[in-house]
Amino acid sequence: MIPALRRYARALARDADIADDLVQDTLVRALRSERLFIGGDVRSWLYTILTNLNKNRRRSLARRPQFMPLLENNPDASGTEAEGRDIERALATLVEEQRAVLLLVMLEGLSYREVADIQGVPIGTVMSRLARARAHVKASLEGVRPALRRVK
Amino acid sequence: MTDPKIPVTEDELHAYVDNELPAERRGDVEAWLATHPEDAERVQSWRSMADALHARYDQVANEPVPKRLELERLMRQPRRWLYGTVAATFVAFMAGSGAGWIAHGATAAPSLIQSFTVDALDAHRLYVVEVRHPVEVPGSERAHLQQWLTKRCGWDVRAPELSATGLKLVGGRLLPGPTGPASFLMYESASGERFTVYTAKASTEATQMRYVAKDNEGAMFWADRGVGYVVSGGTDRERLAQVARLVYDQSEKNGT
Repeated sequence: MIPALRRYARALARDADIADDLVQDTLVRALRSERLFIGGDVRSWLYTILTNLNKNRRRSLARRPQFMPLLENNPDASGTEAEGRDIERALATLVEEQRAVLLLVMLEGLSYREVADIQGVPIGTVMSRLARARAHVKASLEGVRPALRRVK
Repeated sequence: MTDPKIPVTEDELHAYVDNELPAERRGDVEAWLATHPEDAERVQSWRSMADALHARYDQVANEPVPKRLELERLMRQPRRWLYGTVAATFVAFMAGSGAGWIAHGATAAPSLIQSFTVDALDAHRLYVVEVRHPVEVPGSERAHLQQWLTKRCGWDVRAPELSATGLKLVGGRLLPGPTGPASFLMYESASGERFTVYTAKASTEATQMRYVAKDNEGAMFWADRGVGYVVSGGTDRERLAQVARLVYDQSEKNGT
């Protein structure tokens, strides 16, 4: 479970240290809670905590100047690395809720129902977020070559 | 394979790719895709998107889990803080010091440490409300921040880890202190409450931990090995003591 949480956090926060901080905070919060011992769907619940913590983090970040790393364009990078950067860049252009839906469904393999519970929204909202996120990422991936300078 | 009676919707295409579609409808969608190349192309692009995501991020799941995320390790920490925090803090710092509480306006002769506690509170008030530029060096550059402040201040400035109390390092700055430079670190919780840790050279070697409240801010201050510490933030004394205790514990561990 922890490796999967780390994967999700990394894709969500796009920074290795912040991602592991999020996982750590998630685990600490979970351990402090009694719900773990009552039972229920622990997996979904951990994703919920992490998603909320990231939302809080971004909210507090929004009040401060942001430090955006300049994305380097290394022409010598291998195909897979370049592809990884492209998908990373495409994710970066998504709004928070859409990115979370996209990752929870496509990377973590959660059901629409589970994602709806995690985000506290109806399934219809999850589906429209997913559709918009996919359209956005698709456009971003296809446009990534001519629009190299568009760094968000 | 029969032609679908009802046209396939956008939602159904997504549900098809995500295995959320009722089994009896899958055949219809497959038939639809065979005759609608644009939809088929989109479905294909979503599948390659999923492949790209896995290609990029699955390696994270395959990395060894860092030590700080090991459950055994994490389980020991919160327990200690759950049951022992408040009691331990007050036993350690309050009971022993007897007349240690210095209220605002107390008649005790102002010592250097008290005067810089006022400096620290002023700095706290000045910067915690700052939205755009609360610090000079962001917490993401912790190592650099510590190195810089240590060099400028002349004692070992370490930014304590306060995540056990839900606080994260925002960053820090250098300030003019009463007798030279002072270091100023800011922390923030997920809900936006801010605490600051101020250190400056103190004339006394070591003192008890004390509490002072001024206007709407409280501070815990003490001196240790010639360095004075002031932890400021809010008026919740127990919460403040909890944070101060963590700072104290770590400064002791690190040495000066």
